[in-house]
Amino acid sequence: MSTVRIPPVLRETVGGSRSLAANGATVDEVLADLFANYPALRERVTSDGELSPFVNVYVNDRDVRYREGLETQVGPDDTVILLPAMAGGTG
Amino acid sequence: MKALVLPPSVADELMRHARAELPNEACGLLSGSPANGRVSRFHPARNVEASPLRYNVHPEDLVRITFAIEDEGEELAAIFHSHTRSAAVPSATDRRTAMYPDAFYLLASLADPDARPARALRAWRIYRGQAFEVPLTIG
Repeated sequence: MSTVRIPPVLRETVGGSRSLAANGATVDEVLADLFANYPALRERVTSDGELSPFVNVYVNDRDVRYREGLETQVGPDDTVILLPAMAGGTG
Repeated sequence: MKALVLPPSVADELMRHARAELPNEACGLLSGSPANGRVSRFHPARNVEASPLRYNVHPEDLVRITFAIEDEGEELAAIFHSHTRSAAVPSATDRRTAMYPDAFYLLASLADPDARPARALRAWRIYRGQAFEVPLTIG
């Protein structure tokens, strides 16, 4: 099982936990396991069944967009972080 | 609605950061206490978009600063970004992408390059795509 670190902004969706354990060999599988157990978290970070483009996912503090995206491998010693982006602009 | 309280030194720091990032939008996080609206410190971040029209806090900065604030025993109080040519009012993009309902959104307008912080800065809350201005106190 890998560890999923929950930032303050998402804690209310997981009963206040700072970190959780989740099964899965890839980010996609880890998120599926997490969302099955925490539907409020799924509702907060997904849109039309897909992870919102405004949510960053990290494995060991590295954004998976710069690795293999949701197919990025996750091992038992790895830490996954879900963190809503801070983004916007005049355009 | 509860006011956001900004120390004058932090207000000056925000304006310096916004001007230093021109021609692009600037961004960063403010720590403190969202419960009483008091800001204690500004944490500048890189704008990964490097654009005059858009901002996106660099993912590496976002994760580092988010957990550093918590490790220091503080909370995220506000999210800062600048508008280089328009008013300090959340745009449709700002409202659509806002994902922090408990934080204040603090905007700086650089439309008037000589504006003092009290005129350039405005504070907002954004819920479900709607923005509500809140009083901003610098002092």
